[in-house]
Amino acid sequence: MSDALVSPAVGGALWAAAAGTCAVAARRVERHGDERLVPLMGVLGAFVFACQMVNFAIPGTGSSGHLGGGLLLSILLGPDAALLALTSVLLVQALFFADGGLLALGCNVVNLGLFTSYLAYPLVFRPIAGAAPSRRRLIAACLAAGVVGLQLGAFGVVLETWASGISSLPFRSFVMLMLPIHLAIGVVEGVATAAVVLVVRRARPELAACAAGGGPRSLRSLRPVVVGLALAAVFTGGVGSWFASSRPDGLEWATAHAAQGEVAAQGGLHDVLARAQRAVALLPDYDFRAAAASEESAAPPRPAWPAPRVGTSVSGLLGAALTLALVALAIGGLRLLRRKSRPTR
Amino acid sequence: MSHHIVSVQDLRFRYPDGALALDGVSFTLHHGESVGLVGANGAGKSTLLHHLAGVLLPQAGAVRVGDWPVTRSTLSQVRRSIGMVFQDADDQLFMPTIEEDVAFGPRNLGLPEPEVNERVADALARVGAAHLRKRASHRLSGGEKRAAAIAAVLAMGPSVLVMDEPSSNLDPAARRALIGQLRAFEHTRIVASHDLDLVLDVCERTIVLAEGKVVADGATRELLADDALLARARLERPLRLQGCPRCAAARVRA
Amino acid sequence: MSRIDAALAHLGSLDELAARDTPAARLDARAKVVATVAFVAVVASFGRLELFRLAPLALYPLALAALGDVPFRPLALRIALASPFALGVAALEPFLDRVTVFVLGGHAVTGGVLAFATILAKFALSLGAALVLVATTGFDAVCAALERLGAPRVLVAQLALTYRYLFVLADEAARTVRGYELRAPAGRPDLRTATALIGQLLVRALARAERVHAAMRCRGFDGRLRLRRSARPGGHDLAFALGVAALLVVARAVDVPRVLEGVLTGRGG
Repeated sequence: MSDALVSPAVGGALWAAAAGTCAVAARRVERHGDERLVPLMGVLGAFVFACQMVNFAIPGTGSSGHLGGGLLLSILLGPDAALLALTSVLLVQALFFADGGLLALGCNVVNLGLFTSYLAYPLVFRPIAGAAPSRRRLIAACLAAGVVGLQLGAFGVVLETWASGISSLPFRSFVMLMLPIHLAIGVVEGVATAAVVLVVRRARPELAACAAGGGPRSLRSLRPVVVGLALAAVFTGGVGSWFASSRPDGLEWATAHAAQGEVAAQGGLHDVLARAQRAVALLPDYDFRAAAASEESAAPPRPAWPAPRVGTSVSGLLGAALTLALVALAIGGLRLLRRKSRPTR
Repeated sequence: MSHHIVSVQDLRFRYPDGALALDGVSFTLHHGESVGLVGANGAGKSTLLHHLAGVLLPQAGAVRVGDWPVTRSTLSQVRRSIGMVFQDADDQLFMPTIEEDVAFGPRNLGLPEPEVNERVADALARVGAAHLRKRASHRLSGGEKRAAAIAAVLAMGPSVLVMDEPSSNLDPAARRALIGQLRAFEHTRIVASHDLDLVLDVCERTIVLAEGKVVADGATRELLADDALLARARLERPLRLQGCPRCAAARVRA
Repeated sequence: MSRIDAALAHLGSLDELAARDTPAARLDARAKVVATVAFVAVVASFGRLELFRLAPLALYPLALAALGDVPFRPLALRIALASPFALGVAALEPFLDRVTVFVLGGHAVTGGVLAFATILAKFALSLGAALVLVATTGFDAVCAALERLGAPRVLVAQLALTYRYLFVLADEAARTVRGYELRAPAGRPDLRTATALIGQLLVRALARAERVHAAMRCRGFDGRLRLRRSARPGGHDLAFALGVAALLVVARAVDVPRVLEGVLTGRGG
């Protein structure tokens, strides 16, 4: 999920949801977690960051990918700690590596963290894996949870994009594109996670309990999800409607596209595919060479767009240039002052 | 406070995977002594040091630090007396800046902020790292990290310093600086090291460990010249005690 | 991989900048954090085509950088390097929206181009503000400020430790991958090899976490990570906060470029 796709309203709502969920998770960790959790969470957060640097080739396709780590964190730390660890990774990435963007951070925390930790892990992984899973069970559980987690995340991206109304991607085509792609990605994530857990289990059998358990258990862990989603609903309802009324252009586009329903065209499909792939900030290194090639060769017919309000734009340009000139002057003055007052080396 | 600062009696410890690490170790450290701990890899040096700091608890036998036996309930008191410097400085510097790392201990002791600042400045000055105060740990060289780790331990005001391979990964200059610092400290100190020349320089007494047992405990200069003993412990003479290639006479600095 | 290496190196050097004694560094960390968050929110609140109204907002990150003696060129380079990866879908805007919005010097500027430029500007402003924040405050002070501002203790501890060990583990990962590459045919590792590598990294990370925990306990850790307590805010901090608030309110409420233009053309004739 990137900043370019999300509107301030949706971004803000998801931020609130993410913040609320993190607050709940933090309180639970503080109350129940033992002190070993703090250094463990920190180091594993750094680990997830580092292991996202390890790119591998995906069998069968020509593309490469890396381990997302959400499910792995949930298995090792338990859902609450895993959410916090993943949030810190996403925060650092958004702040300094511009991966995803600050506005979309809430969306990413929800899509990648919340869905995995509070839905995929307790509802899919734990029931299948049980207390002390055999190798087969572990693989099955990871596979299922990986697929479910990523499907939910992908669907989240689609919903958020659609609600934001910024991009012109039609809902149905986007869904039909995102879900199958993320099915494949989910399989890879599940298999990779299982493989890594098995390596750890063999090397450090005393952590085997971790692999199945991972912290205090309670299926009341769904509460953070409910809190988060409720907050999101309230926020979107309130803020979203305010924004909608002051920004008719977003809705204009959405309705115009729903009416047109044009992307049946061959070229349009490839176009959408390429756009969708680039929108998947979930896995920035996946490259679909086939899609890129066909995008170049096709000449898609472009749908007509509704005209945005024109009037104000032109007259702003000169003023903006003037503003920037004034700013540059002010900054230049500041730096001169600093240079004078700095102690000479 | 008794003069036996640290006493270890018949300490035994076996790791969860079954490996026997310590098989009846006994010795006593006296106030102000500087003791070296040498032995092959796997002899039990690190395990022993971890017991002194309370990181591991004895399965049999006893460890006393000052007036306190090392048990789960006395750990906080023990940790005020013992300052342990770990082998990998990165494990010990876990805050974003050196200043925060050195302040970590005093803050946990509940000291007021002005005193924390004083201790930080003092500790950094003693290791010659005052200029590193605001730096981030990951940007430092091995020697700088080691100095910072030592400062972080000193800031807690321990009476006993426990060091695990302090000269590993140090370049010659940093190593020489470390030796200077160690000789200047007045604390009781026990230094586990493969660097036998450092042990010769810094410690007047040495304990030799082999397979979890103490095989020798005495004056450094004698022990490290006893070839039979060293061979049993898979060690060698320090370079300075090895014969001069030309005249075959041992060179021992006064 | 090299992109991340370069980014990590730059990130590390940002902290160094914050260690110096500059007017910006002396400002209260909480004020700077709140100001930056408010700034990013205001930037985000502008519409898809409101490129020009963003102009006055450039004052905040640039002024803070000037007060912090932060060199501009590496900062601009960093932002420029990061932009292709962040823009993604936005890059297609010029192709999607072909409706002409205005004419400039004989060339038609489409809505798509304007939208693209707006997204670019928003991104540059937000990232710039975040980088300047770290360059004038230092990550540890930012974490301490977050805690004082009410962020959950555990999350702040998490941030501080993750940041600290980021570089260490990224180095390990880089070395491990390089070790693989030196003995492997060209190209990326397959899934099995990669999971073996990752598994090793994880085992080592877990061992390190235990050692860090031991080291923390040896220095009295009791479950609560205590960060520095900042001094009480002073006059400078208040002035800074008011100044930033004024800038944000004015930029949001008033179409500054238009007003300036009105003044200019009014005067000109």
